[in-house]
Amino acid sequence: MSEEFSEFGELLPEINAINSPYWDGLGEGEVRLQHCKGCGVNQYPAESFCYECGSTDLEWRKVDGGGEVYSFIVVHQPYHAAFKSFLPYTVAIVQMDDGPRMLAAMLNLDAPINIGDRVQPHIQAINNERSVLMYEPTG
Amino acid sequence: MMKDLKQRYCIVGVGHTAYGKNPGVSQIAHNVLAIRAALDDASLTTDDVDGVLTKAPSSTFPMLWAPKIAEALRIQPQVVGTLDQAGASNIGLIQYAISAIELGQASVVAISYGDNPRTGSRASYARARGGDGAVAGLFGAPSSYAMAARRRMYEYGTTKEQLAYVAMTHRHHASMNDNAIFRDPFTIDEYLDSRWVAEPFNLLDCCPVSDGGAAYIITTEERAKELTKTPVFIDGIGQNHPSWEFFRRKDMAASGAAVSGKMAFESAGIKPDDVDFCEIYDCFTIVPIITLEEYGIVERGKGGEFYQEGHTRIGGKLPCNTSGGLLSETGMPGTQLVVEAVRQLRGECGDRQVDNPETGLVSQQGGILTTHATMILSNKGA
Repeated sequence: MSEEFSEFGELLPEINAINSPYWDGLGEGEVRLQHCKGCGVNQYPAESFCYECGSTDLEWRKVDGGGEVYSFIVVHQPYHAAFKSFLPYTVAIVQMDDGPRMLAAMLNLDAPINIGDRVQPHIQAINNERSVLMYEPTG
Repeated sequence: MMKDLKQRYCIVGVGHTAYGKNPGVSQIAHNVLAIRAALDDASLTTDDVDGVLTKAPSSTFPMLWAPKIAEALRIQPQVVGTLDQAGASNIGLIQYAISAIELGQASVVAISYGDNPRTGSRASYARARGGDGAVAGLFGAPSSYAMAARRRMYEYGTTKEQLAYVAMTHRHHASMNDNAIFRDPFTIDEYLDSRWVAEPFNLLDCCPVSDGGAAYIITTEERAKELTKTPVFIDGIGQNHPSWEFFRRKDMAASGAAVSGKMAFESAGIKPDDVDFCEIYDCFTIVPIITLEEYGIVERGKGGEFYQEGHTRIGGKLPCNTSGGLLSETGMPGTQLVVEAVRQLRGECGDRQVDNPETGLVSQQGGILTTHATMILSNKGA
């Protein structure tokens, strides 16, 4: 946790009955995804049904979370105060090995990234309660 | 097939407000002024209108929007509705108007879009995307389209320089359009020197946020014969909506254009080669490249080159965005592209007039490559 993330709090989605295992997982330092016992896919975001097959038989599983960069941008426009100190910053779409594509910030990079680069989860504490999934180059 | 309908349908009037900054002009007023201008253009009055269809404003999402606009025109229509396909709505509404007239439920339908995000509220334009995208730092449409552009460039070899040619070509056309917000041509160096918004997009890859209203009047060929202006026939319409959050679907860097275009060409009974000019939804420079490629007008990966080689300039093989498009004429979500296509087919465009066009294509797109619609227009009578 650090002062530089003090304004991220208001960007966080509210925790509810559906998504709480995901956020609880990040709080405990791991990435968890919903797994469909009907068709076997992992999905994000969480729902009460499987987007692929419609099954409501879902369970939460811990996943590795690693993957590769599917696309990315480098944001220069100061859209929100929370990101101001990181400008310009990278946002990546990560194709997770475990299934879904995730949208995540990649902050404080030492070198530019490219599509296809291997990346790993970087779970960033925002405050005493919440952590978010960011990514960093696998190294 | 459109020709299997009982009758042919036409656009008989087009109109619009000033584009850019219109302080003191409400969202309702932008719609009313545009519809009244379109009725004047058609030599019709509000008494002739029995259908009012609108796209919801992008900056806010009011309820009962079309009835409010009808009220402000003092019309009590038989058919009324607001469609939510974002930027693709303006063609979707025409399809709905044709259905209503074909079913005998209306005879003259006014379609409009009007909004004041430039001088009113523009907060919705900078909102976060992708569910919990805010915490990932993904705000605003440019960021999401830049993601798609990066992937498209990776998959098909489209270059940054080719994106510049889209922006420069549309600006060149806008330089001949007194209605356009941006009319000064720029060089590739000036393009590259414009500030970064979200790499790979500079400012000049992005359309502006603009106030404005535009409208058109739809009726039958039979009714059009009584009117003064050359009718513009609606020969084909297609739609396709990839719908999912753009980064979660299989092919992130494609739009609904491939399916929508095929539907439109088939319903018009023409081939892509038969099109004389295009008015393509160009909210960002990558979009016309994707659209031309997905329509099969050029091969995948060749859209950027097509721009770079000048084929889309007026006088080229296939002039595109003859008014300057969203990038240079006005950043409104697409209604104005239909207005320009109609004017081209009537031969009203002065210095930027395409040489004797018979068939024009209009594309529209909404969300982040979320919705797509295509329309084929012609000036060929029976």
